[in-house]
Amino acid sequence: MAVMTYIESVRSTLAEEMRRDESIVLLGEDVGKKGGVFLATDGLYDEFGGDRVLDTPLSESMIVGVSIGAAVNGLRPVPEIQFADFIFPAFNQILSEAARMRFRSNGAYACPMTLRAPYGGGVHGALYHSQSVEAFFAHIPGLKIVIPSTPYDARGLLRAAIRDDDPVLFFEHKKMYRSVRGDVPDDDYTVPLGSARVTREGSDVTVIGYGLMAHYALEAAELLEGEGVSVEVVDLRTLRPLDGATLLESVTKTGKAVVVYEDNRFGGYGAEVSAILAEEAFDSLDGPIVRVTGPDVPGVPYNHVLEDWFMPSPDRIANAVRRLAAY
Amino acid sequence: MATTKTAPKADADLGAELGLSRDDLLEMYRLMAITRAVDERMWILNRAGKIPFVISGQGHEGAQVGLAFGLRKGHDWMVPYYRSVASLITFGMSPREIMLAQFARGVDPSSGGRQMPGHYGIVERNILSVSSPVATQILHATGIAWAAKLRKTEQVAITYLGEGSSNQGDFHEALNFAGVHALPCIYVVENNGYAISVPMSLQSAVEDIAIRAAGYNMPGVIVDGADVLACYRAGKEAIERARSGAGPTLIEAKVTRLTAHSSDDQHTKYRSAEELESEKSRDPLPLFRDQLRAAGLIDEQSEEKMVAESRKVVEDATDWAEAQAEPDPATAQRHVYSDSPPARMDDPLWEGARFMGDGGPWGALTGDGEPGGEG
Repeated sequence: MAVMTYIESVRSTLAEEMRRDESIVLLGEDVGKKGGVFLATDGLYDEFGGDRVLDTPLSESMIVGVSIGAAVNGLRPVPEIQFADFIFPAFNQILSEAARMRFRSNGAYACPMTLRAPYGGGVHGALYHSQSVEAFFAHIPGLKIVIPSTPYDARGLLRAAIRDDDPVLFFEHKKMYRSVRGDVPDDDYTVPLGSARVTREGSDVTVIGYGLMAHYALEAAELLEGEGVSVEVVDLRTLRPLDGATLLESVTKTGKAVVVYEDNRFGGYGAEVSAILAEEAFDSLDGPIVRVTGPDVPGVPYNHVLEDWFMPSPDRIANAVRRLAAY
Repeated sequence: MATTKTAPKADADLGAELGLSRDDLLEMYRLMAITRAVDERMWILNRAGKIPFVISGQGHEGAQVGLAFGLRKGHDWMVPYYRSVASLITFGMSPREIMLAQFARGVDPSSGGRQMPGHYGIVERNILSVSSPVATQILHATGIAWAAKLRKTEQVAITYLGEGSSNQGDFHEALNFAGVHALPCIYVVENNGYAISVPMSLQSAVEDIAIRAAGYNMPGVIVDGADVLACYRAGKEAIERARSGAGPTLIEAKVTRLTAHSSDDQHTKYRSAEELESEKSRDPLPLFRDQLRAAGLIDEQSEEKMVAESRKVVEDATDWAEAQAEPDPATAQRHVYSDSPPARMDDPLWEGARFMGDGGPWGALTGDGEPGGEG
């Protein structure tokens, strides 16, 4: 057991998986000698060499398209998109190719790759280094979407993703890279894709989040504890497949749900969560489903006052829970 | 950049300097003739209302057979596009397998009837599945070649596209990466002068796509796509180059499109009657036949025999494929994920299932509504 940061968990897990399986290759912009702009692949070039830790041209569609071809011909690529904001030149390769390869070939071809990308705001990254992009991809059958919130989950889910035979998008909140630390066991555990976790038990309101928002939900629960509001927190961990059972079990128990996501409100991933709760838990609900989200402006602004205005915070979550608890 | 042409030779030596035997030449002609017969049958089936859509490659067969004839079947990789009928048949796909895709039958090895005709792929033959967005496949071939290089498999990847697709960003991104790493990949642009209806003059600022190869530090070869043996030579050289580790090649085959873009296109709207008439002179099939005749490899009698054989193959493929069962809708949810059938939330037909009365995906959990029970 070791205590490590979130990014160290990602880095060391990549190294361990590469030692275990020679077919795993990393590719992306600056992932080699530099070790990635966040140092998520630091040291891997020295250990595994330039063939397996490849600095690519600045070509996102190439990074994904070449990974698809390499996956078809016996490699297990782990491509990195430097910032999730820059994934869109590769959108066609992800949507039309990686996600559909298995279905369109009637099961003949697969595309086992794990595409990693840092996402999220709160780091003065402005419009193009802060974005939450999960909603675009969670919409697509054939993809699995993972967003871990702890070093433990980062390791267990990254292992599960790399060993999975489907294309997995693995989003890491960049604000958590060095601000979140935690225990990471030495054994070869995995966290199954499609398993949410109740990170705090409570009885009055369920707060559902993922990534950085799973932490903010816990902080909000702490704030409310002294006020006599008992908050249960569900960390989804995997957005697709969604662990509907854990989600529904919690909301059926508390009867009230706050869905938190950092992305723009309209059509965000939490809108799907809300729709599922409305359809599946209607009889158990004692109040409206409430969303706490980023506002509907095209991006996170740079200035710190404006950025704070954009980002959902523990206080905003606590306010929503307070109002819902009193409903 | 080099332009390859078949050197004038005494007819009796046809193909000899390329290492092609008389049997090889006859086999190449047979592949072209069978492809043409299969292709023509597709259009008849469409006009007869038996299949809703056709997209094919009449006029491209010479380039396709010539360029693919030197590949190692079952070892190398082919990443085709929707006009690649002759390439695929040369690489081992059978007319029956081609026809299964036309009829979209359940046992269709390309997609089990999920994709439109023309979207071929057979895993057992190293033929990658085709999609409809153009140029995406160029990157897949590049990735296959990259894996071949890292894994030291000595495989060559060949991929095909139209000249229209050469204007997509994926073309540039793929060739650039292949050039950087000297990958064993062959990029074939089958330039028929039209991107559906848009002529070359509006597609490209340069007349020859092959000159773009200079930007990727690879040879750019222009070849007359109606000259089967010139295509074979270009393919052979590119395959040897790739196999030896010398890197990729861009080959531009100048071909003609003898049909409309697809069965949904009326090409007389943008091609004149004179053009269509004169393009027939670029049909590779009669041109190669004349070469074989002049070399004494075929005569009227053997030609008749070959035509009859082609007809028989097509009849068999058509009748057999048509007789195969339609896919079962109960299988339509398969192969979304490796562990399909998917969770019912991923079921596109799922709509408020618990309320609608079949329990919903988590009906049992929420207490009321076993599957099939009252919602």
